[in-house]
Amino acid sequence: MSLAAAMRRLPAGGLSLGLAPVLGAAAAILAVALAAALMLGDVRVGAADVAATLGNRLLGLSLPVDPIREGIIWHYRASRAVVAMACGAALAVCGVVLQALLRNPLAEPYLLGISAGASAGAVSVIVLAAGAGLLGVPAGALAGAALAFALVGLLAFGAGGGTERIILAGVAGSQLFNAATAFIVASSADAEQTRGILFWMLGSLGGVRWPDAALAVPVALAGLGLCLWRARALDAFAFGEDAAAALGVEVVRLRAGLLALTAVLTAAVVSLIGAVGFVGLVIPHAMRFLVGPSHGRLIPAAALAGAVFLTGADVLSRLVLPGQVLPVGVVTALFGAPAFALILWRSRGRR
Amino acid sequence: MSLSAEDLHWAPGGVPILRGVTLRLPGRGVLGLVGPNGSGKSSLLRLMAGLRRGTGGAVLLDGQPMARMRRRDVARRLALVEQDAATASALSVREVVALGRPPRRGAWAPWSAADEAAVAAALARAGMQGRGDQPWATLSGGECQRVQIARALAQEPRELLLDEPTNHLDIRHQLELLRLLPHLGARVVVALHDLNQAAAFCDEIAVMQDGRLVAQGRPAQVLDAGLIRDVFGVEARIERSGAGLRIAFF
Ligand SMILES: Nc1ncnc2c1ncn2[C@@H]1O[C@H](COP(=O)(O)OP(=O)(O)O)[C@@H](O)[C@H]1O
Ligand SMILES: [Mg+2]
Repeated sequence: MSLAAAMRRLPAGGLSLGLAPVLGAAAAILAVALAAALMLGDVRVGAADVAATLGNRLLGLSLPVDPIREGIIWHYRASRAVVAMACGAALAVCGVVLQALLRNPLAEPYLLGISAGASAGAVSVIVLAAGAGLLGVPAGALAGAALAFALVGLLAFGAGGGTERIILAGVAGSQLFNAATAFIVASSADAEQTRGILFWMLGSLGGVRWPDAALAVPVALAGLGLCLWRARALDAFAFGEDAAAALGVEVVRLRAGLLALTAVLTAAVVSLIGAVGFVGLVIPHAMRFLVGPSHGRLIPAAALAGAVFLTGADVLSRLVLPGQVLPVGVVTALFGAPAFALILWRSRGRR
Repeated sequence: MSLSAEDLHWAPGGVPILRGVTLRLPGRGVLGLVGPNGSGKSSLLRLMAGLRRGTGGAVLLDGQPMARMRRRDVARRLALVEQDAATASALSVREVVALGRPPRRGAWAPWSAADEAAVAAALARAGMQGRGDQPWATLSGGECQRVQIARALAQEPRELLLDEPTNHLDIRHQLELLRLLPHLGARVVVALHDLNQAAAFCDEIAVMQDGRLVAQGRPAQVLDAGLIRDVFGVEARIERSGAGLRIAFF
């Protein structure tokens, strides 16, 4: 059977499986991804070492384990996996929310240029206000993300386009902010102070430690909770914003609130792991296909799947080129670009 | 009291679209809104549903200015079915109708038996019982209208505003839909194109012309050759037969 024939046999409305089996499967896959994240890498460790480390660290046991291995597992890999899960969940939820609010299937932080804006903001703080406190970089990223939102919105709606044009505006915004980032990083020429152009444009989890989880996890959980709270209002956007207003949604307030939330989530993610693309594109579409378009199911499913996806992508990025650091955004883009093409292909009948 | 527009003006970007409309709903039954293209029917319905804020005058709900009410409270009172609802979401008929329930539920309240019953009752009233599992994307134009009406009924409104629901329907489905209107359990305001249908199916008719309401009353009182000539620019002869009325155009 050809690929085209196989895709035609996919039900157009998706599979709409129950939420419970999908969450269960995702949780099981997440456990596998976590185990892989703890065991695989330049130094391979066994399942026994991982079990002993987790027992010692989480349950206060004192099982025998090589301290160097325990250090690698706990300080490097566990923190990295936890941050990957939180950031993947946050990016996937951002994609769900942006696609619903903007009624555009390609809306996500990276393609809209929000991640690029956050990168530029973070770099500006690092280079221009050297020595800014711990909150300085995320705050700079947030300012950059907000600026990107404003610019992209102005470009899209000021040009009289509306939501179809917003991806074009996002491309323009990405280019602009990436150029600014590259310029600032290159002109500062201080390798100690900057994490490099690649980090800010493609992302990496290489430098992540436990203190980063203290930002990533609460932000991701709070964002998830807020989006779940507004899930039904997001459903009401299915027939457009006037229809949502007629169903009792305070459209202007909701959109302002949730766009601000996606800016905060994106800024937090970018300040920790750089601009990782396509998580917010691939995951919402895959989950919509599996659990249907209702946001009460879609949001938790996307959060879990996003966590799995970014954790898995990080493991792959460590394994593909031994001894080399492949930016995690390269791996997500390898999956994301074909997904982008598939979405365009499937939506062509609706025009 | 219910729903009314009081000297309502609307001039988006300075262009007057509504120029002082006062429209009060009859105590019960179906009010037909007729008028030429561009006379402001859709605009009036959108303002009366609170989707746009007037630039003068007011929309009142039980004597209260709607502008000061919370959107959610408005959505529990009245429902709107717009022309040509479209979505890219892969929703089923039941999911579309269920969109009408959130105004009646809390954000965390689980889907209840009462919600399920309201959706089933709305589907039945709109003549779509047993079709809940069908994908929205596979419905015909007439079925889409019925499902949107069912969604509106799931809000359990006391006023239902319909904008040209008979558009794109063949004559049988037009008649089926119009016959449905008195049985929806709500006061209905319906924008219509066909004057004969308006005369046959509406208890009252309101005539719009160039952003103004030029007549309101029972069809037999309102529709005469002079008004039709003035408003629509066509010659017509009115044939009365008992309580009924037929308009022939030349
Ligand atoms: N948001 C808007 N801004 C400017 N003009 C509008 C807007 N909405 C409608 N109009 C104009 O108002 C007039 C009345 O439109 P409408 O209410 O749709 O009439 P009808 O439904 O009776 O055909 C039309 O000329 C239309 O172009
Ligand atoms: Mg109209």
